[in-house]
Amino acid sequence: MLAVKNLVLERDEKKILKGINLNVCNGEIHVIIGPNGSGKSSLAYMLMGCRDYKPTQGKIFFNDKDITDLGITKRAKRGITLSWQEPARFEGLTVEDYLSLGRENNKAEIEEALRMVNLNPKRYLNRFVDHKLSGGERKRIELASIVVLKPKLAILDEPDSGIDFVSLTDLLDVMIKLKKDTTILLITHREEVAQIADRATLLCDGYIVKDGSPLEVTEYFRDVCKSCPTEKYSEAKLKI
Amino acid sequence: MEEIMEAYKLSGGMPEDLKSEDTASMVVEGNRILKSNVIDGLIIEKKETKTGAKIKIIVEKGKKIKKPVHLCFSILPKEGLQEIISEIVVEENASADIKACCTFPNAQEVKHIMDAKIFLEKNSALTYTETHFHGSFGGIEVVPKSKVVVGENCVFKTNFSLVTGRVGRLDIEYVVDAKKNSVTEILTKVYGKEEDIIKIKEEVRLNGEGARSVIKSRIAVKDNAVSEVLNITEGNAAHVRGHVDCTEIIKDNARAKAIPIVSVKNESAKVTHEAAIGTVDKKGLETLMAHGLEKDKAVDLIIEGLLN
Repeated sequence: MLAVKNLVLERDEKKILKGINLNVCNGEIHVIIGPNGSGKSSLAYMLMGCRDYKPTQGKIFFNDKDITDLGITKRAKRGITLSWQEPARFEGLTVEDYLSLGRENNKAEIEEALRMVNLNPKRYLNRFVDHKLSGGERKRIELASIVVLKPKLAILDEPDSGIDFVSLTDLLDVMIKLKKDTTILLITHREEVAQIADRATLLCDGYIVKDGSPLEVTEYFRDVCKSCPTEKYSEAKLKI
Repeated sequence: MEEIMEAYKLSGGMPEDLKSEDTASMVVEGNRILKSNVIDGLIIEKKETKTGAKIKIIVEKGKKIKKPVHLCFSILPKEGLQEIISEIVVEENASADIKACCTFPNAQEVKHIMDAKIFLEKNSALTYTETHFHGSFGGIEVVPKSKVVVGENCVFKTNFSLVTGRVGRLDIEYVVDAKKNSVTEILTKVYGKEEDIIKIKEEVRLNGEGARSVIKSRIAVKDNAVSEVLNITEGNAAHVRGHVDCTEIIKDNARAKAIPIVSVKNESAKVTHEAAIGTVDKKGLETLMAHGLEKDKAVDLIIEGLLN
């Protein structure tokens, strides 16, 4: 479904991504793990087509079509969406309005999505998606928006960050349900979250250093990567 | 009168409110007082002047006016001057909700001046909502000036909104003297376009112990519009709390300036401020676009939300 070929990203004369090759198959949960600063979020923004994240080199294909030069809206219309690690806040926009974006307002569906992320529709539908929501509430609403949007590919950038253990179980349940209609590219650095994926890729210092089963990759991450200074990977240019 | 009702609708009013016998209301077109309806608990003194009207509204002691009092100020011709000199007194333990619609749908060379004095006596409450519609020509100058005394234990809320059509030239000045344990909330929302000029000065003097206030401004300007917002809060007494919150969004060649001034004269007083000016938040914009919205629509939605 998603094919990334030799993707390079340079910002302020610094190479962030250094020749990424990645394939995400239809219907899978594909997890990208890696330490902080390894380029995971940059990769997510690049796949969504965000401004300031245009590839310096390389191509992105979605369902065999080259989307490298398409902007965010056009990619969204083809079925790609992104959930930011810290979702934006919107003054004056209600949860109901937010969950109706880009589609017909179907209240029953919206309410069901809110229930899926453990938010009571009666309490949340008319609340604003602003700074009065806690970080956890905002993340749940973001996830509910993905549920109602039913994209072909959802890029979830650390949906688990700042979420407690109980909420994490809810989050994993939602992702498993979401998988029925949506392919998920999940970015995380929590190993237990990575285990729900079908495949995993380890990103370090802008390189893909390993891919395979989540167990295999997380073990490598734990045993090798975590005890190794990032610079070493740079020097060695460890690539699969 | 039918024309007035249409104009009233354009500024967000409901004509039936002006027609209802059990709702207090007043309609002033130019310098003519076309209608005035008074209900129990309320006194309205009115007088036409050469250029407008003099109005005094008194909410009598202990009276709680349940339904909003509806006021309509209008100039229907393309040209005209309207000077409204008003005084509102909310007596002890009384409360009221006043909704004023100021509508100038055909304005090409119009000036509307509002010179208001508002007094809230001990334990009273007043919500004053003012919605404007100035048409699409931008040929209007609106100058609302208000001096407000918010008495002990009183709650004063005011909400000024001018978000549809052109602004023209707007010059707001609010000065509030807040007494002991009172609460003041000032909210202003304006959307400037083309060559509009917006000037806002809102000042709260927290003079009584334990008084609290919030000044909130939400301004959007696009094309060549210009805005300047001056929010002042003085903490002059013990245990007062004040906050100033100004957000301005600019697009195109518009220019915006925000000047928050906070001062305290008592060590237990606390006054804070936040001001943000800039174009539409990038992450917010990209989030909406990632939901399939075109960029222009996403920008409009963010501005609408801000001014909602």
